[in-house]
Amino acid sequence: MSGFLAVSKRELKGYFATPVAYVFLVIFLFFAGYLPFRDGFFEIRQADLRLFFSGLPLLFVFMVPSAAMRLWAEERKSGSIELLLTLPITVSQAVLGKFFAAWSFLGIALLLTFPLPAVVVYLGDPDMGQIITGYIGAFLMAGGFLAIGMFFSALTKNQVISFTLSVVACAVLVFAGNPTTLDYLSATLPLPMVAVAENLSFQTHFESIMRGVVEFKDIAYFVILIAAWTYACTLILEERKAN
Amino acid sequence: MIEVQHLRRCFGPVVAVDDISFTAEKGDVLGFLGPNGAGKSTAMKMLACFLAPDGGTAKVCGHDIRTEPLGVRRVLGYLAENAPAYSEMTVAGFLGFVCDARQITGKNRKQALDRIVSMCSIESVYHQTIETLSKGYRRRVGLAQALIHDPQVLILDEPTDGLDPNQKHEVRQLINQMAPDKCIIISTHILEEVELVCNRTIIIARGKILVDSTPAKLTEEHGCNLNEVFRKITTTKKTA
Repeated sequence: MSGFLAVSKRELKGYFATPVAYVFLVIFLFFAGYLPFRDGFFEIRQADLRLFFSGLPLLFVFMVPSAAMRLWAEERKSGSIELLLTLPITVSQAVLGKFFAAWSFLGIALLLTFPLPAVVVYLGDPDMGQIITGYIGAFLMAGGFLAIGMFFSALTKNQVISFTLSVVACAVLVFAGNPTTLDYLSATLPLPMVAVAENLSFQTHFESIMRGVVEFKDIAYFVILIAAWTYACTLILEERKAN
Repeated sequence: MIEVQHLRRCFGPVVAVDDISFTAEKGDVLGFLGPNGAGKSTAMKMLACFLAPDGGTAKVCGHDIRTEPLGVRRVLGYLAENAPAYSEMTVAGFLGFVCDARQITGKNRKQALDRIVSMCSIESVYHQTIETLSKGYRRRVGLAQALIHDPQVLILDEPTDGLDPNQKHEVRQLINQMAPDKCIIISTHILEEVELVCNRTIIIARGKILVDSTPAKLTEEHGCNLNEVFRKITTTKKTA
């Protein structure tokens, strides 16, 4: 436990010790505010955050891998992994420590979008339950993207490669559930396969949480996704840490 | 305190460490010598539980490196080659992190930090970020990290590499100071260093131990200085 806490504390501080955190937060918050306004946040005259939440998957495809790419790639490039893993810390403690630090950082980024719900509450009478489940869904989705990003960060020493691979992987998982993709797939693939593609997608599960419906299968999807990619990251690090 | 049995490690087709065995006790300062690529660092990484061995095993203070890696890491101080550290952190933050990881808390933490900061002479850079430090100071911070929990066993991979003569002298003095109560393994290319700090020498080449003796005995047996002994041993055995 102490290893986990030590790593996550250091990692979270690490974001704020370099300009990484500030650059990330400014750009994230800019787009998180820009996307709903582009689509007519005020014009639709509805007191909800649907437009904000529906833009998040696309924003996360680029933003989360950029927060995740340094997690292990930097550690391996600078050789500090040799220091980290010769302290009394297991690989899983280190992986989980880094994961939760980065996840909390993304949580902070999401919390900083509070002016949007504040505006909606000021102007109308929104369904708070829906807003809260929307944020929970967004946080879970960020965790899913992050687990994928961290895996690719452990795969290579090069941050650019790690970023590119995770953007592609995340984009595939988002766009698999897009209506256009699903239409295309249903023309070529048998129906059960299309359903598989749909259920593997972030979009499908996030949208159902966003609507205010918290179902076991949607939560399970994100939990399993995070657990599986984090475990894969542990395996790859055991294998490659010294290469 | 250290018991190495038939340790072996390959990287693909290359055998980096080939069936080495030795023991070291409290009070030993064991100099690990060998040409570049001889397998010194690999052997040390295995002892520090960073690399898993392909064959054989070792015990550090009774903990097996295969079955109890965490136990080994708790009793061991390890300074890796080039003294890696988190360059964006300050020295204080970095040592704080090592204390967290080693569960040094409360009063012990303050004592440990006070002791180590003056021991490694890093007072003047204590609040500086590590990336702004000179090589000598970085190495000292690395040493401080390895010594903070006052380990019984110390493994130092080229601790004086790249330091100026004064700094080398200081590090050697530090090692000599600690030598009586600890078991220390250092790897080095600098043979004078072996004569100055080590009471045992293991010469290793191509992953095998060629000689396990003392510096004094070696020079006496071969009738020449340690530099020549090293050349004789590592070159003749290579061609043989």
